[in-house]
Amino acid sequence: MSEVLFFIASISAIIGAIGVVTLRNPLYAVLALVCHLVALAALFLLLRAEFVAAAQVVVYAGAVMVLYVFVVAYVGGGDEVAAGSTLRILGPLFAIAVAIELFIAMLGTALKGINGQGAHYKLGFGTPEHIGKLFLTDYLLPFEVASLLLLVAAIGAVVLARRRRGLGDDDFELARLLSTPRPAYTGTIAEGVGVRKVLEQLEQAHGGAMELTAEREGEEK
Amino acid sequence: MTLGWYLAVSALIFCIGAGGVLVRRNPLVVLLCLELMLNGANLALVTFARMHGGEAGQIFALIVLVVAACEVTVGLGLVVAISRRNLPIDVDGMHELNG
Repeated sequence: MSEVLFFIASISAIIGAIGVVTLRNPLYAVLALVCHLVALAALFLLLRAEFVAAAQVVVYAGAVMVLYVFVVAYVGGGDEVAAGSTLRILGPLFAIAVAIELFIAMLGTALKGINGQGAHYKLGFGTPEHIGKLFLTDYLLPFEVASLLLLVAAIGAVVLARRRRGLGDDDFELARLLSTPRPAYTGTIAEGVGVRKVLEQLEQAHGGAMELTAEREGEEK
Repeated sequence: MTLGWYLAVSALIFCIGAGGVLVRRNPLVVLLCLELMLNGANLALVTFARMHGGEAGQIFALIVLVVAACEVTVGLGLVVAISRRNLPIDVDGMHELNG
């Protein structure tokens, strides 16, 4: 059973990866990456990494990919330019060379565990309980550094994507409106109190609850 | 299923991503291919965690997830800044910092 699941998940992960690289439309590339990520989460589940799989689906396939889709929609697909001729040939060659090197490194290694089913593990291996306990005890420093990194990245993204052109025509109009003097008591508590007093006087004069529109009329009088 | 198969899949995904980074010129797709490389490394980390029966590899994989999210945020911010300035969305066009 686990063999069948492994082959289904790994083949769809690799197909998704190839789709990311080959599809011309960036939106389709993002969707291929979502397929790849979900298949990878299935592989994580087969490796007894439940929490990593859940984080992969929720954080990656959920949040990060939504961000990608937004940016693709904002920037627009754009007409993809073909790569320069040298990189077009050298890139795949380099990838194949790295693949051969990695396979030689793995097949020639003397690690016994590679040909096994994995070590024995405790009950609850990879559950959120265990991972959370480790994050708050043994790996507290990486945890804090990660949170700091997220903060820095959030600030950096805001700084990078903000508008730097200065004030536009509309903004000058808005600045002029804001700089003109307003009537006294505008936007103060006194204004609110004054309005309330006028309303009360009107209520006493007419002997009943006033509508909100009457408040404005009374103010004008 | 022996664990060597998982490592083979992770190596393949990493190499596909590396080839994509070199071949594609749209910065959005280059970022997606970087994600592929990080995910290949993640799969290897989780496989090693399973191999040793310890959870350190999974912790490392989660930290890689965080780093990938940060990289995406900053990278997409750069892409938005490029498109705001009406520059072509092309990594080869951004060569002002070349020595």
